[in-house]
Amino acid sequence: MTATVIKVDKLSKYYRLGLIGGNTLREDINRWMARLQGKPDPLLKIGQAASGHRKGDEIWALKAVDFEVKQGEILGIIGRNGAGKSTLLKILSRITAPSEGRITLRGRVGSLLEVGTGFHPELTGRENIYLNGTILGMKKLEVDRKLEEIVEFAEMGKFIDTPVKRYSSGMTVRLAFAVAAHLEPEILVIDEVLAVGDAAFQKKCIGKMQDIAGGGRTVLFVTHNMGTAADLCDRGLVIADGRVSYDGGIEDAIREYLRPSTTQKLVLGKQYFRGHLLDEISVKTLAVNGIDLGQQILITPESELVFEFSGTSTIALKDFDLLVTLHKDGVRVVTVHDSAPGTPLREGEFRSRISIPAHTLRPGTYTVGLGGERPGGGQWFAGTDLGEITILEGWSSGYERRSVGVINISSVGQRHMENDPQR
Amino acid sequence: MDESGKKPQQEGLFGQEHITVIEPHGGVFDLKLRELWDYRDLVMLFVRRDFVAQYKQTILGPAWHIIQPLLTTIMFTIVFGKIAKLSTDGVPPFLFYMAGTIIWTYFANVLTTTAGTFTANAHIFGKVYFPRLAIPVATLFSKLIAFAIQYLFFLGFLAWYAAGGAPVQPNGWVLLTPVLLLMMAAIGLGGGIIISAMTTRYRDLTILISFGVQLLMYATPIIYPVSSLPEKWQFWVSLNPIAPIVEAFRYAYLGQGTLDLTMLGVSGLLILVTLAIGIIMFNAVERTFMDTV
Repeated sequence: MTATVIKVDKLSKYYRLGLIGGNTLREDINRWMARLQGKPDPLLKIGQAASGHRKGDEIWALKAVDFEVKQGEILGIIGRNGAGKSTLLKILSRITAPSEGRITLRGRVGSLLEVGTGFHPELTGRENIYLNGTILGMKKLEVDRKLEEIVEFAEMGKFIDTPVKRYSSGMTVRLAFAVAAHLEPEILVIDEVLAVGDAAFQKKCIGKMQDIAGGGRTVLFVTHNMGTAADLCDRGLVIADGRVSYDGGIEDAIREYLRPSTTQKLVLGKQYFRGHLLDEISVKTLAVNGIDLGQQILITPESELVFEFSGTSTIALKDFDLLVTLHKDGVRVVTVHDSAPGTPLREGEFRSRISIPAHTLRPGTYTVGLGGERPGGGQWFAGTDLGEITILEGWSSGYERRSVGVINISSVGQRHMENDPQR
Repeated sequence: MDESGKKPQQEGLFGQEHITVIEPHGGVFDLKLRELWDYRDLVMLFVRRDFVAQYKQTILGPAWHIIQPLLTTIMFTIVFGKIAKLSTDGVPPFLFYMAGTIIWTYFANVLTTTAGTFTANAHIFGKVYFPRLAIPVATLFSKLIAFAIQYLFFLGFLAWYAAGGAPVQPNGWVLLTPVLLLMMAAIGLGGGIIISAMTTRYRDLTILISFGVQLLMYATPIIYPVSSLPEKWQFWVSLNPIAPIVEAFRYAYLGQGTLDLTMLGVSGLLILVTLAIGIIMFNAVERTFMDTV
């Protein structure tokens, strides 16, 4: 028997823009005095409609969201930035109230929306475990019973009696997650907090979340990391523009999320390129993994990164390379070619394909460029800013990243020690 | 919530139904006291946090709780007693000012701290849910501890002066102390949460508050007895709901001044009204204030 533990019914939330924060008492009194005297609101912008309140633009962060979650499910909530994920979590964890609709929850909700919530920098780790635990809804007795486990899970050891202000950010995350994970609420809501910890700890957290769900609890997990989502969740909820755009198996949900939102075609024209060969060689299409450049392209590290482009040449060149460049933060990260040195380019249509394993690129956004050159000959054309691709985070087994840097590379390591007892 | 970890997990999970419904609007007077009771451990920890964290990395630590009112009292004794020579109804000025100062300090501390509830805790409120009332309630208690320390010192000084033959007569009204404190707590809390609810919209009030509290102190018979005021002013001062409480406190311990039960009753009513308004505003703001800070 699996009971429904979360039922979200026509949930909506709007924010009024222009009404947030910018009020002082004087403005409101001015407005009020003016209204008493029958004058128009002195603070209205010209052309703005007068009404009881200063009218702001409304933004619907969530619009008629419906879904249910069953006991023991791990639901991954995925969506682009600003899609409404965080608003949904905030309402679920009762930080802010919805504008319309209702949610019925069966069981205690524990939420971990940001690391170190309620950690007091002056208090020690131990004191903060108690404070944070009770903030999250635990009893002091429960914390007593779990304290050792929490300290061990967080790998705090002797630092437990040090004030939290001396902790590194990694230690703070570990402690915060450890407290939340040992909370044992019936429903655990986790926003993307794990990105701060190191890979080993992230893995441990994922394992812990699986245990939690295995024990009949329900986990709601927001992430941008498709690798984790696929590893951890059974079901995915894709939120786009404040609505549920997909609700179903995690694999399909990820596919839906990765699908570009528009199907506009990129029309490459001369204006994108520079160089001598502009008139002779024209590139017409450039697609990454089958998707035309110019829209948001998200790529999981597990996949192959395939560039396909086509065009025409009005001249024949004996030795000519066509190449794709990737820039990140203004630095050229990599240049890849469509042919071996010495390959000629003939007159007429050409179609090229270049592929690299995506996991060699660090997560992030890259600018795609395309060009061609004759080695040593000074004849070239190039366009450096044709569109962007984003490599997503992913820690799923084969692509784990312990190393930080500009690229990922597979390596073989060896250690030799002089006083090796096994020798 | 049960504490038994030994029960089968299934039963521990859903043995007792714990259903929460989240809707756009909540009850106007619903204080969710039951929920607050469930979170009593949190209130305790907040009290501890307020108390402990305040004096970490200070040399004198909790001694500050007594140094502050003591210095104020000495100051008042010199400035108002010796220099301005204000009447203290024949009571030793030091005791007179100390009695007024400690009970006033309790009120002022509760008011100013609760007034900052939303703005000072926005970072926590924005990340996690717990009954928001836990914070002001914890303030009541942590300030009460501070008061208790000062009160003990006050009793000590009182005994010292009485032994020295000073004209002070502590009397049976001393038993009223808990009621007086409760009234001070209620008006401090009520006023504080009204201001805290308003500061989420109007930041001006945060600037006004410390200044306002100071002005209010002069409108309250702390440095002067009501009896020293001209007849027509006495009426105006008695409109201040805090005035009869301070007077009653002083009367109980020093035997001088006025103890007007009618005024105390009126004051009690005003306090209840303030508290009710505070609760309504708190409930209205609590649900969506995160969208406006």
